[in-house]
Amino acid sequence: MQSKLSGWSKAYLIIVFIILYAPILFLVMYSFSKGNTMSNFHGFTFAHYQTLFHDPRLIQIVLDTLIVALLSSLFATIIGTAGALGVYETRHRAVRQTVLSLNNILMVSPDVIIGASFLIFFTMLGLRLGFISVLLSHIAFSIPIVVLLVLPKLNEMNASMIDAAADLGANPWQTLTRVILPAIMPGIFSGFFMAVTYSLDDFAVTFFVTGNGFSTLSVEIYSRARQGVDLEINALSALWFLVSLLLIAGYYFLEQYNQGRKTKNRQQVEAVIK
Amino acid sequence: MKQGKLFYYIPYGLWIALFVIAPVVLIVYQSFFNIAGHFTLSNYATYFHSGVYLKMTFNSVWYAFLITAITLLISYPTAYLLNQLKHKQLWLLLIILPTWINLLLKTYAFIGLLSRSGSVDSFLTFIGIGPKQLLFTDASFLFVATYIEIPFMILPIYNAIAELSPSYVNASRDLGASGWQTFSRVIFPLTLDGVKSGVQSVFIPSLSLFMITRLIGGNRVITLGTAIEQHFLVTQNWGMGSTIGVILIVAMVITMLLTGERKKKGRTRHAK
Repeated sequence: MQSKLSGWSKAYLIIVFIILYAPILFLVMYSFSKGNTMSNFHGFTFAHYQTLFHDPRLIQIVLDTLIVALLSSLFATIIGTAGALGVYETRHRAVRQTVLSLNNILMVSPDVIIGASFLIFFTMLGLRLGFISVLLSHIAFSIPIVVLLVLPKLNEMNASMIDAAADLGANPWQTLTRVILPAIMPGIFSGFFMAVTYSLDDFAVTFFVTGNGFSTLSVEIYSRARQGVDLEINALSALWFLVSLLLIAGYYFLEQYNQGRKTKNRQQVEAVIK
Repeated sequence: MKQGKLFYYIPYGLWIALFVIAPVVLIVYQSFFNIAGHFTLSNYATYFHSGVYLKMTFNSVWYAFLITAITLLISYPTAYLLNQLKHKQLWLLLIILPTWINLLLKTYAFIGLLSRSGSVDSFLTFIGIGPKQLLFTDASFLFVATYIEIPFMILPIYNAIAELSPSYVNASRDLGASGWQTFSRVIFPLTLDGVKSGVQSVFIPSLSLFMITRLIGGNRVITLGTAIEQHFLVTQNWGMGSTIGVILIVAMVITMLLTGERKKKGRTRHAK
Protein backbone atom coordinates (compact mmCIF):
# COMPACT_ATOMS: atom_id res chain seq x y z
CA MET A 1 0.00 0.00 0.00
CA GLN A 2 1.09 3.52 -0.72
CA SER A 3 2.38 5.57 2.16
CA LYS A 4 0.13 8.56 1.53
CA LEU A 5 -2.80 6.76 3.15
CA SER A 6 -3.14 7.55 6.81
CA GLY A 7 -3.20 4.85 9.46
CA TRP A 8 -6.96 5.16 9.87
CA SER A 9 -7.56 4.74 6.16
CA LYS A 10 -5.40 1.65 6.04
CA ALA A 11 -7.17 0.21 9.07
CA TYR A 12 -10.54 0.88 7.41
CA LEU A 13 -9.57 -0.90 4.20
CA ILE A 14 -8.09 -3.80 6.13
CA ILE A 15 -11.33 -4.20 8.10
CA VAL A 16 -13.40 -4.16 4.91
CA PHE A 17 -11.22 -6.85 3.37
CA ILE A 18 -11.33 -8.96 6.54
CA ILE A 19 -15.13 -8.78 6.61
CA LEU A 20 -15.33 -9.69 2.92
CA TYR A 21 -13.08 -12.72 3.23
CA ALA A 22 -13.55 -14.00 6.79
CA PRO A 23 -16.81 -15.93 6.14
CA ILE A 24 -15.35 -17.69 3.11
CA LEU A 25 -12.15 -18.61 4.94
CA PHE A 26 -14.10 -19.89 7.96
CA LEU A 27 -16.14 -22.06 5.65
CA VAL A 28 -13.06 -23.60 4.09
CA MET A 29 -11.23 -23.96 7.41
CA TYR A 30 -14.02 -25.89 9.12
CA SER A 31 -14.25 -28.34 6.24
CA PHE A 32 -11.09 -29.83 7.81
CA SER A 33 -12.44 -29.88 11.37
CA LYS A 34 -13.23 -33.09 13.20
CA GLY A 35 -16.26 -31.62 14.97
CA ASN A 36 -19.81 -31.27 13.72
CA THR A 37 -20.31 -27.53 14.05
CA MET A 38 -18.50 -24.46 12.82
CA SER A 39 -16.95 -23.55 16.18
CA ASN A 40 -13.92 -24.73 18.14
CA PHE A 41 -11.68 -26.33 15.58
CA HIS A 42 -11.43 -29.97 16.71
CA GLY A 43 -8.38 -31.11 14.83
CA PHE A 44 -7.52 -31.80 11.24
CA THR A 45 -9.31 -34.43 9.15
CA PHE A 46 -10.24 -35.26 5.58
CA ALA A 47 -13.30 -37.22 6.76
CA HIS A 48 -15.83 -34.75 5.35
CA TYR A 49 -14.21 -34.97 1.94
CA GLN A 50 -14.41 -38.76 2.11
CA THR A 51 -18.13 -38.61 2.95
CA LEU A 52 -18.53 -36.21 0.06
CA PHE A 53 -16.92 -38.53 -2.46
CA HIS A 54 -19.01 -41.46 -1.21
CA ASP A 55 -22.30 -39.61 -1.56
CA PRO A 56 -23.69 -40.79 -4.94
CA ARG A 57 -26.65 -38.39 -4.78
CA LEU A 58 -24.38 -35.40 -4.33
CA ILE A 59 -22.01 -36.52 -7.09
CA GLN A 60 -25.00 -36.90 -9.42
CA ILE A 61 -26.07 -33.35 -8.56
CA VAL A 62 -22.56 -31.99 -9.21
CA LEU A 63 -22.59 -33.71 -12.62
CA ASP A 64 -26.07 -32.38 -13.41
CA THR A 65 -25.00 -28.87 -12.42
CA LEU A 66 -21.94 -29.03 -14.69
CA ILE A 67 -23.93 -30.47 -17.61
CA VAL A 68 -26.56 -27.73 -17.31
CA ALA A 69 -23.83 -25.06 -17.05
CA LEU A 70 -21.86 -26.26 -20.09
CA LEU A 71 -24.84 -27.08 -22.32
CA SER A 72 -26.74 -23.89 -21.52
CA SER A 73 -23.62 -21.78 -22.08
CA LEU A 74 -22.97 -23.45 -25.41
CA PHE A 75 -26.50 -22.74 -26.67
CA ALA A 76 -26.53 -19.27 -25.16
CA THR A 77 -23.22 -18.45 -26.85
CA ILE A 78 -24.50 -19.60 -30.27
CA ILE A 79 -27.82 -17.75 -30.02
CA GLY A 80 -26.23 -14.70 -28.38
CA THR A 81 -23.54 -14.43 -31.05
CA ALA A 82 -26.19 -14.71 -33.77
CA GLY A 83 -28.11 -11.97 -31.92
CA ALA A 84 -25.06 -9.72 -31.76
CA LEU A 85 -24.46 -10.24 -35.52
CA GLY A 86 -28.10 -9.41 -36.18
CA VAL A 87 -27.93 -6.22 -34.10
CA TYR A 88 -24.62 -5.29 -35.76
CA GLU A 89 -26.13 -5.52 -39.21
CA THR A 90 -29.25 -3.61 -38.22
CA ARG A 91 -28.65 -0.11 -39.52
CA HIS A 92 -32.00 1.36 -38.42
CA ARG A 93 -31.24 3.19 -35.19
CA ALA A 94 -34.65 2.90 -33.53
CA VAL A 95 -34.91 -0.82 -34.27
CA ARG A 96 -31.42 -1.37 -32.91
CA GLN A 97 -32.22 0.51 -29.70
CA THR A 98 -35.47 -1.42 -29.23
CA VAL A 99 -33.75 -4.76 -29.70
CA LEU A 100 -31.01 -3.80 -27.23
CA SER A 101 -33.56 -2.65 -24.64
CA LEU A 102 -35.42 -5.94 -24.98
CA ASN A 103 -32.08 -7.71 -24.66
CA ASN A 104 -31.39 -5.98 -21.35
CA ILE A 105 -34.76 -6.68 -19.72
CA LEU A 106 -33.62 -10.03 -18.32
CA MET A 107 -30.41 -8.47 -17.02
CA VAL A 108 -32.13 -5.91 -14.83
CA SER A 109 -35.15 -7.99 -13.78
CA PRO A 110 -35.04 -9.45 -10.29
CA ASP A 111 -34.54 -13.21 -10.31
CA VAL A 112 -37.81 -13.84 -8.54
CA ILE A 113 -39.68 -12.25 -11.44
CA ILE A 114 -37.72 -14.23 -14.01
CA GLY A 115 -38.29 -17.47 -12.07
CA ALA A 116 -42.00 -16.90 -11.49
CA SER A 117 -42.73 -15.81 -15.07
CA PHE A 118 -40.78 -18.74 -16.54
CA LEU A 119 -42.71 -21.06 -14.24
CA ILE A 120 -46.01 -19.72 -15.60
CA PHE A 121 -44.64 -20.00 -19.15
CA PHE A 122 -43.49 -23.63 -18.83
CA THR A 123 -46.69 -24.65 -17.09
CA MET A 124 -48.80 -23.09 -19.87
CA LEU A 125 -46.72 -24.94 -22.46
CA GLY A 126 -47.38 -28.12 -20.52
CA LEU A 127 -43.66 -28.78 -20.15
CA ARG A 128 -42.75 -31.10 -17.31
CA LEU A 129 -40.50 -29.33 -14.82
CA GLY A 130 -37.03 -30.82 -14.55
CA PHE A 131 -33.82 -30.93 -16.57
CA ILE A 132 -35.31 -29.41 -19.74
CA SER A 133 -37.02 -26.49 -18.00
CA VAL A 134 -33.86 -25.69 -16.00
CA LEU A 135 -31.71 -25.91 -19.13
CA LEU A 136 -34.04 -23.66 -21.14
CA SER A 137 -34.12 -21.08 -18.31
CA HIS A 138 -30.34 -21.03 -18.03
CA ILE A 139 -29.99 -20.59 -21.80
CA ALA A 140 -32.53 -17.78 -21.65
CA PHE A 141 -30.92 -15.73 -18.89
CA SER A 142 -27.38 -16.18 -20.25
CA ILE A 143 -28.11 -14.91 -23.78
CA PRO A 144 -28.16 -11.14 -23.03
CA ILE A 145 -24.68 -11.11 -21.47
CA VAL A 146 -23.25 -12.94 -24.50
CA VAL A 147 -24.78 -10.32 -26.80
CA LEU A 148 -23.36 -7.51 -24.66
CA LEU A 149 -19.87 -9.04 -24.69
CA VAL A 150 -19.77 -9.92 -28.41
CA LEU A 151 -21.26 -6.68 -29.76
CA PRO A 152 -18.31 -4.40 -28.79
CA LYS A 153 -15.90 -6.77 -30.56
CA LEU A 154 -18.03 -6.50 -33.72
CA ASN A 155 -17.99 -2.72 -33.46
CA GLU A 156 -14.21 -2.74 -32.98
CA MET A 157 -13.77 -4.93 -36.06
CA ASN A 158 -12.57 -3.19 -39.19
CA ALA A 159 -15.69 -3.18 -41.42
CA SER A 160 -13.66 -2.88 -44.62
CA MET A 161 -12.45 -6.43 -44.01
CA ILE A 162 -15.97 -7.65 -44.82
CA ASP A 163 -16.05 -5.61 -48.04
CA ALA A 164 -12.61 -6.88 -48.91
CA ALA A 165 -13.74 -10.47 -48.41
CA ALA A 166 -16.77 -9.88 -50.63
CA ASP A 167 -14.62 -8.19 -53.31
CA LEU A 168 -12.29 -11.16 -53.30
CA GLY A 169 -15.23 -13.42 -54.02
CA ALA A 170 -16.04 -14.92 -50.64
CA ASN A 171 -19.63 -16.00 -50.17
CA PRO A 172 -21.48 -14.84 -47.00
CA TRP A 173 -20.75 -18.12 -45.21
CA GLN A 174 -17.02 -17.87 -45.94
CA THR A 175 -17.01 -14.23 -44.84
CA LEU A 176 -18.66 -15.24 -41.58
CA THR A 177 -16.44 -18.21 -40.74
CA ARG A 178 -13.13 -16.93 -42.14
CA VAL A 179 -13.31 -13.21 -41.37
CA ILE A 180 -15.97 -12.21 -38.86
CA LEU A 181 -15.87 -15.10 -36.37
CA PRO A 182 -12.06 -15.13 -35.96
CA ALA A 183 -12.13 -11.37 -35.36
CA ILE A 184 -14.74 -11.58 -32.60
CA MET A 185 -13.54 -14.84 -31.03
CA PRO A 186 -12.29 -13.18 -27.80
CA GLY A 187 -15.76 -11.72 -27.23
CA ILE A 188 -17.36 -15.11 -27.88
CA PHE A 189 -15.05 -16.76 -25.36
CA SER A 190 -15.77 -14.12 -22.71
CA GLY A 191 -19.47 -14.58 -23.41
CA PHE A 192 -19.26 -18.33 -22.96
CA PHE A 193 -17.28 -17.90 -19.76
CA MET A 194 -19.76 -15.43 -18.27
CA ALA A 195 -22.63 -17.74 -19.25
CA VAL A 196 -20.96 -20.57 -17.33
CA THR A 197 -20.56 -18.36 -14.25
CA TYR A 198 -24.17 -17.16 -14.50
CA SER A 199 -25.39 -20.72 -14.67
CA LEU A 200 -23.25 -21.99 -11.77
CA ASP A 201 -24.21 -18.96 -9.73
CA ASP A 202 -27.95 -19.13 -10.18
CA PHE A 203 -30.19 -20.17 -7.36
CA ALA A 204 -33.47 -18.27 -7.58
CA VAL A 205 -34.53 -19.04 -11.15
CA THR A 206 -33.60 -22.72 -10.84
CA PHE A 207 -35.47 -22.91 -7.54
CA PHE A 208 -38.67 -21.86 -9.32
CA VAL A 209 -38.45 -23.99 -12.44
CA THR A 210 -36.97 -27.21 -11.12
CA GLY A 211 -39.32 -30.05 -10.32
CA ASN A 212 -38.99 -32.69 -7.68
CA GLY A 213 -36.65 -35.00 -9.53
CA PHE A 214 -33.95 -32.58 -10.62
CA SER A 215 -31.66 -30.43 -8.52
CA THR A 216 -28.61 -28.25 -8.94
CA LEU A 217 -25.97 -27.58 -6.32
CA SER A 218 -27.39 -24.24 -5.16
CA VAL A 219 -30.84 -25.71 -4.68
CA GLU A 220 -29.39 -28.75 -2.89
CA ILE A 221 -27.34 -26.56 -0.54
CA TYR A 222 -30.43 -24.50 0.18
CA SER A 223 -32.46 -27.51 1.22
CA ARG A 224 -29.60 -28.90 3.33
CA ALA A 225 -28.81 -25.54 4.92
CA ARG A 226 -32.37 -25.29 6.17
CA GLN A 227 -31.61 -28.28 8.37
CA GLY A 228 -28.54 -26.61 9.87
CA VAL A 229 -24.79 -26.98 9.57
CA ASP A 230 -23.35 -30.09 7.95
CA LEU A 231 -19.59 -30.06 7.45
CA GLU A 232 -19.97 -32.13 4.30
CA ILE A 233 -21.34 -28.93 2.75
CA ASN A 234 -18.23 -27.14 3.98
CA ALA A 235 -16.09 -29.63 2.12
CA LEU A 236 -18.21 -29.12 -0.99
CA SER A 237 -17.93 -25.34 -0.57
CA ALA A 238 -14.17 -25.52 -0.31
CA LEU A 239 -13.99 -27.47 -3.57
CA TRP A 240 -16.41 -25.10 -5.26
CA PHE A 241 -14.39 -22.13 -4.01
CA LEU A 242 -11.32 -23.68 -5.63
CA VAL A 243 -13.20 -24.13 -8.92
CA SER A 244 -14.38 -20.49 -8.80
CA LEU A 245 -10.80 -19.33 -8.24
CA LEU A 246 -9.61 -21.38 -11.21
CA LEU A 247 -12.39 -19.95 -13.38
CA ILE A 248 -11.48 -16.39 -12.40
CA ALA A 249 -7.80 -17.04 -13.01
CA GLY A 250 -8.70 -18.52 -16.41
CA TYR A 251 -10.82 -15.52 -17.32
CA TYR A 252 -8.14 -13.11 -16.11
CA PHE A 253 -5.45 -14.76 -18.24
CA LEU A 254 -7.79 -14.90 -21.24
CA GLU A 255 -8.29 -11.14 -20.93
CA GLN A 256 -4.56 -10.53 -20.48
CA TYR A 257 -3.86 -12.69 -23.53
CA ASN A 258 -6.39 -10.76 -25.61
CA GLN A 259 -4.93 -7.45 -24.48
CA GLY A 260 -1.47 -8.69 -25.31
CA ARG A 261 -2.56 -9.90 -28.73
CA LYS A 262 -4.21 -6.59 -29.45
CA THR A 263 -1.08 -4.57 -28.68
CA LYS A 264 1.03 -7.05 -30.63
CA ASN A 265 -1.25 -6.71 -33.66
CA ARG A 266 -1.11 -2.97 -33.40
CA GLN A 267 2.66 -3.05 -33.23
CA GLN A 268 2.77 -5.23 -36.33
CA VAL A 269 0.44 -2.89 -38.20
CA GLU A 270 2.52 0.09 -37.14
CA ALA A 271 5.68 -1.66 -38.27
CA VAL A 272 4.13 -2.29 -41.68
CA ILE A 273 3.02 1.33 -42.01
CA LYS A 274 6.48 2.58 -41.18
CA MET B 1 -26.57 -9.16 -46.40
CA LYS B 2 -30.32 -8.86 -45.97
CA GLN B 3 -30.71 -12.62 -45.83
CA GLY B 4 -27.91 -12.93 -43.28
CA LYS B 5 -29.70 -10.56 -40.95
CA LEU B 6 -32.90 -12.56 -41.11
CA PHE B 7 -30.96 -15.75 -40.52
CA TYR B 8 -29.36 -14.29 -37.39
CA TYR B 9 -32.66 -13.00 -36.09
CA ILE B 10 -34.43 -16.36 -36.28
CA PRO B 11 -32.94 -17.87 -33.07
CA TYR B 12 -32.41 -14.54 -31.32
CA GLY B 13 -35.83 -13.15 -32.21
CA LEU B 14 -37.42 -16.38 -31.06
CA TRP B 15 -35.65 -15.99 -27.72
CA ILE B 16 -36.88 -12.39 -27.37
CA ALA B 17 -40.43 -13.43 -28.17
CA LEU B 18 -40.53 -16.53 -25.98
CA PHE B 19 -38.34 -15.64 -23.01
CA VAL B 20 -38.50 -11.85 -22.77
CA ILE B 21 -41.89 -10.68 -24.05
CA ALA B 22 -44.05 -13.73 -23.31
CA PRO B 23 -43.07 -14.05 -19.61
CA VAL B 24 -43.75 -10.37 -18.90
CA VAL B 25 -47.11 -10.60 -20.67
CA LEU B 26 -47.93 -13.84 -18.84
CA ILE B 27 -47.17 -12.48 -15.38
CA VAL B 28 -49.43 -9.48 -16.01
CA TYR B 29 -52.11 -11.78 -17.47
CA GLN B 30 -51.87 -14.20 -14.54
CA SER B 31 -52.31 -11.38 -12.04
CA PHE B 32 -55.94 -11.03 -13.21
CA PHE B 33 -56.86 -14.57 -12.22
CA ASN B 34 -57.86 -15.77 -8.78
CA ILE B 35 -56.91 -19.11 -7.28
CA ALA B 36 -59.94 -20.82 -8.88
CA GLY B 37 -58.89 -19.62 -12.34
CA HIS B 38 -61.57 -16.95 -12.85
CA PHE B 39 -60.83 -13.60 -14.42
CA THR B 40 -60.99 -10.97 -11.70
CA LEU B 41 -59.53 -7.75 -10.37
CA SER B 42 -59.78 -9.05 -6.83
CA ASN B 43 -56.03 -9.64 -6.46
CA TYR B 44 -55.37 -5.94 -6.89
CA ALA B 45 -58.31 -5.12 -4.63
CA THR B 46 -56.87 -7.43 -1.96
CA TYR B 47 -53.47 -5.87 -2.36
CA PHE B 48 -54.64 -2.31 -1.94
CA HIS B 49 -57.31 -2.90 0.70
CA SER B 50 -55.79 -5.39 3.08
CA GLY B 51 -53.31 -3.70 5.34
CA VAL B 52 -51.14 -6.81 5.33
CA TYR B 53 -49.80 -6.43 1.78
CA LEU B 54 -49.30 -2.67 2.04
CA LYS B 55 -47.47 -3.07 5.33
CA MET B 56 -45.33 -5.81 3.80
CA THR B 57 -44.50 -3.60 0.81
CA PHE B 58 -43.61 -0.74 3.12
CA ASN B 59 -41.41 -3.04 5.21
CA SER B 60 -39.73 -4.40 2.12
CA VAL B 61 -38.98 -0.92 0.80
CA TRP B 62 -37.78 0.19 4.24
CA TYR B 63 -35.34 -2.72 4.58
CA ALA B 64 -34.13 -2.30 1.00
CA PHE B 65 -33.54 1.36 1.84
CA LEU B 66 -31.60 0.45 5.00
CA ILE B 67 -29.49 -2.10 3.14
CA THR B 68 -28.76 0.41 0.37
CA ALA B 69 -27.90 3.19 2.82
CA ILE B 70 -25.56 1.07 4.96
CA THR B 71 -23.92 -0.38 1.84
CA LEU B 72 -23.37 3.13 0.46
CA LEU B 73 -21.90 4.40 3.75
CA ILE B 74 -19.37 1.56 3.80
CA SER B 75 -18.67 1.48 0.06
CA TYR B 76 -18.02 5.12 -0.73
CA PRO B 77 -14.96 5.49 1.55
CA THR B 78 -13.74 2.07 0.45
CA ALA B 79 -14.00 2.99 -3.24
CA TYR B 80 -12.29 6.32 -2.56
CA LEU B 81 -9.42 4.78 -0.61
CA LEU B 82 -8.97 1.99 -3.16
CA ASN B 83 -8.33 4.62 -5.79
CA GLN B 84 -5.40 5.94 -3.76
CA LEU B 85 -3.62 2.59 -3.70
CA LYS B 86 -0.80 1.32 -5.84
CA HIS B 87 -1.90 -1.71 -7.91
CA LYS B 88 -5.48 -0.53 -7.53
CA GLN B 89 -6.73 -2.84 -10.31
CA LEU B 90 -5.54 -5.83 -8.31
CA TRP B 91 -7.27 -4.61 -5.14
CA LEU B 92 -10.46 -4.01 -7.10
CA LEU B 93 -10.26 -7.57 -8.41
CA LEU B 94 -10.04 -8.75 -4.81
CA ILE B 95 -13.21 -6.79 -3.99
CA ILE B 96 -15.04 -8.38 -6.93
CA LEU B 97 -13.77 -11.90 -6.27
CA PRO B 98 -16.33 -12.76 -3.55
CA THR B 99 -19.18 -12.02 -6.00
CA TRP B 100 -17.99 -15.01 -8.03
CA ILE B 101 -18.63 -17.30 -5.11
CA ASN B 102 -22.08 -18.78 -5.06
CA LEU B 103 -24.53 -16.80 -2.96
CA LEU B 104 -25.76 -19.93 -1.23
CA LEU B 105 -22.26 -20.77 -0.01
CA LYS B 106 -21.79 -17.31 1.49
CA THR B 107 -25.17 -17.49 3.17
CA TYR B 108 -24.40 -20.95 4.46
CA ALA B 109 -21.11 -19.65 5.92
CA PHE B 110 -23.08 -17.10 7.91
CA ILE B 111 -25.42 -19.76 9.23
CA GLY B 112 -22.37 -21.53 10.63
CA LEU B 113 -20.89 -18.33 12.01
CA LEU B 114 -24.01 -16.89 13.56
CA SER B 115 -25.88 -19.96 14.78
CA ARG B 116 -26.02 -21.04 18.43
CA SER B 117 -22.64 -22.50 19.36
CA GLY B 118 -21.25 -20.91 16.17
CA SER B 119 -17.96 -19.04 16.06
CA VAL B 120 -19.29 -15.55 16.74
CA ASP B 121 -21.39 -16.84 19.62
CA SER B 122 -18.37 -18.58 21.15
CA PHE B 123 -16.36 -15.40 20.75
CA LEU B 124 -19.03 -13.32 22.50
CA THR B 125 -19.10 -15.81 25.35
CA PHE B 126 -15.31 -15.74 25.47
CA ILE B 127 -15.08 -11.93 25.84
CA GLY B 128 -17.76 -12.06 28.53
CA ILE B 129 -20.85 -10.76 26.74
CA GLY B 130 -22.40 -14.20 26.94
CA PRO B 131 -24.33 -16.20 24.34
CA LYS B 132 -26.77 -14.21 22.25
CA GLN B 133 -29.44 -15.14 19.74
CA LEU B 134 -27.77 -13.95 16.52
CA LEU B 135 -29.36 -15.92 13.72
CA PHE B 136 -32.97 -15.11 12.79
CA THR B 137 -32.76 -11.50 13.89
CA ASP B 138 -33.34 -8.34 11.86
CA ALA B 139 -29.76 -7.26 12.54
CA SER B 140 -28.28 -10.47 11.12
CA PHE B 141 -30.50 -10.16 8.06
CA LEU B 142 -29.31 -6.58 7.48
CA PHE B 143 -25.69 -7.57 8.05
CA VAL B 144 -25.67 -10.49 5.63
CA ALA B 145 -27.63 -8.61 2.96
CA THR B 146 -25.19 -5.70 3.24
CA TYR B 147 -22.24 -8.08 3.07
CA ILE B 148 -23.52 -9.54 -0.17
CA GLU B 149 -24.33 -6.22 -1.82
CA ILE B 150 -21.14 -4.30 -0.93
CA PRO B 151 -19.07 -5.26 -4.04
CA PHE B 152 -21.94 -4.21 -6.32
CA MET B 153 -21.91 -0.76 -4.74
CA ILE B 154 -18.13 -0.36 -4.65
CA LEU B 155 -17.61 -1.18 -8.33
CA PRO B 156 -19.60 1.68 -9.97
CA ILE B 157 -18.43 4.24 -7.37
CA TYR B 158 -14.84 3.12 -7.88
CA ASN B 159 -15.19 3.62 -11.64
CA ALA B 160 -16.71 7.07 -11.18
CA ILE B 161 -13.90 8.15 -8.84
CA ALA B 162 -11.26 6.72 -11.17
CA GLU B 163 -12.67 8.85 -14.00
CA LEU B 164 -12.63 11.99 -11.87
CA SER B 165 -9.79 14.21 -13.02
CA PRO B 166 -7.44 15.00 -10.10
CA SER B 167 -7.00 18.54 -11.42
CA TYR B 168 -10.51 19.42 -10.18
CA VAL B 169 -9.56 18.33 -6.69
CA ASN B 170 -6.27 20.20 -6.86
CA ALA B 171 -7.98 23.33 -8.18
CA SER B 172 -10.47 23.19 -5.34
CA ARG B 173 -7.65 22.89 -2.78
CA ASP B 174 -5.68 25.72 -4.44
CA LEU B 175 -8.70 27.97 -4.24
CA GLY B 176 -8.81 27.43 -0.50
CA ALA B 177 -11.58 24.89 -0.04
CA SER B 178 -11.38 22.76 3.09
CA GLY B 179 -11.26 18.98 2.82
CA TRP B 180 -14.99 18.70 3.53
CA GLN B 181 -15.86 21.44 1.03
CA THR B 182 -13.79 19.74 -1.66
CA PHE B 183 -15.62 16.51 -0.97
CA SER B 184 -19.16 17.87 -0.77
CA ARG B 185 -18.90 20.45 -3.56
CA VAL B 186 -16.52 18.79 -6.01
CA ILE B 187 -15.85 15.08 -5.51
CA PHE B 188 -19.29 13.87 -4.49
CA PRO B 189 -21.31 15.74 -7.16
CA LEU B 190 -18.90 14.58 -9.87
CA THR B 191 -19.19 10.95 -8.81
CA LEU B 192 -22.96 11.03 -8.30
CA ASP B 193 -23.54 8.93 -11.44
CA GLY B 194 -21.55 6.11 -9.90
CA VAL B 195 -23.51 6.38 -6.67
CA LYS B 196 -26.77 6.31 -8.62
CA SER B 197 -25.93 3.18 -10.53
CA GLY B 198 -24.67 1.59 -7.32
CA VAL B 199 -27.95 2.41 -5.59
CA GLN B 200 -29.82 0.96 -8.53
CA SER B 201 -27.90 -2.29 -8.52
CA VAL B 202 -28.36 -2.73 -4.76
CA PHE B 203 -31.89 -1.46 -4.14
CA ILE B 204 -33.73 -3.58 -6.72
CA PRO B 205 -32.20 -6.93 -5.69
CA SER B 206 -32.74 -6.00 -2.03
CA LEU B 207 -36.47 -5.61 -2.67
CA SER B 208 -36.64 -9.08 -4.13
CA LEU B 209 -34.40 -11.02 -1.74
CA PHE B 210 -36.07 -14.20 -0.68
CA MET B 211 -33.57 -16.85 0.28
CA ILE B 212 -31.61 -14.84 2.85
CA THR B 213 -34.84 -13.71 4.48
CA ARG B 214 -35.54 -17.33 5.33
CA LEU B 215 -32.11 -18.77 6.07
CA ILE B 216 -30.72 -15.79 7.97
CA GLY B 217 -33.74 -13.67 8.87
CA GLY B 218 -35.96 -16.61 9.82
CA ASN B 219 -38.76 -15.02 7.75
CA ARG B 220 -39.15 -12.23 10.30
CA VAL B 221 -38.87 -9.77 7.47
CA ILE B 222 -41.15 -10.58 4.53
CA THR B 223 -39.90 -8.86 1.40
CA LEU B 224 -41.75 -8.65 -1.90
CA GLY B 225 -39.51 -11.45 -3.14
CA THR B 226 -40.42 -13.73 -0.23
CA ALA B 227 -44.11 -13.04 -0.79
CA ILE B 228 -43.85 -13.97 -4.48
CA GLU B 229 -41.96 -17.16 -3.68
CA GLN B 230 -44.49 -18.16 -1.00
CA HIS B 231 -47.45 -17.56 -3.29
CA PHE B 232 -45.95 -19.47 -6.19
CA LEU B 233 -44.34 -22.40 -4.45
CA VAL B 234 -46.15 -22.79 -1.12
CA THR B 235 -49.75 -21.56 -1.24
CA GLN B 236 -49.96 -22.04 -5.05
CA ASN B 237 -51.89 -18.78 -5.38
CA TRP B 238 -50.21 -17.75 -8.62
CA GLY B 239 -52.63 -14.90 -9.25
CA MET B 240 -51.72 -13.12 -6.05
CA GLY B 241 -48.04 -13.92 -6.56
CA SER B 242 -48.18 -12.39 -10.03
CA THR B 243 -49.95 -9.31 -8.67
CA ILE B 244 -47.08 -8.76 -6.23
CA GLY B 245 -44.72 -9.46 -9.14
CA VAL B 246 -46.36 -6.67 -11.13
CA ILE B 247 -45.99 -4.36 -8.10
CA LEU B 248 -42.30 -5.32 -7.92
CA ILE B 249 -41.84 -4.57 -11.64
CA VAL B 250 -43.48 -1.16 -11.10
CA ALA B 251 -41.20 -0.51 -8.10
CA MET B 252 -38.22 -1.49 -10.26
CA VAL B 253 -39.20 0.88 -13.06
CA ILE B 254 -39.70 3.74 -10.56
CA THR B 255 -36.28 3.07 -9.03
CA MET B 256 -34.66 3.08 -12.46
CA LEU B 257 -36.36 6.33 -13.42
CA LEU B 258 -35.30 7.97 -10.15
CA THR B 259 -31.69 6.89 -10.43
CA GLY B 260 -31.45 7.87 -14.07
CA GLU B 261 -30.12 6.11 -17.12
CA ARG B 262 -27.74 3.48 -16.03
CA LYS B 263 -24.48 3.18 -17.85
CA LYS B 264 -23.86 -0.34 -18.96
CA LYS B 265 -20.40 -0.86 -17.69
CA GLY B 266 -18.58 -3.92 -16.60
CA ARG B 267 -20.35 -6.63 -14.77
CA THR B 268 -24.00 -6.23 -14.02
CA ARG B 269 -24.35 -9.38 -12.03
CA HIS B 270 -26.55 -9.08 -8.99
CA ALA B 271 -26.60 -10.75 -5.70
CA LYS B 272 -30.02 -12.16 -5.76
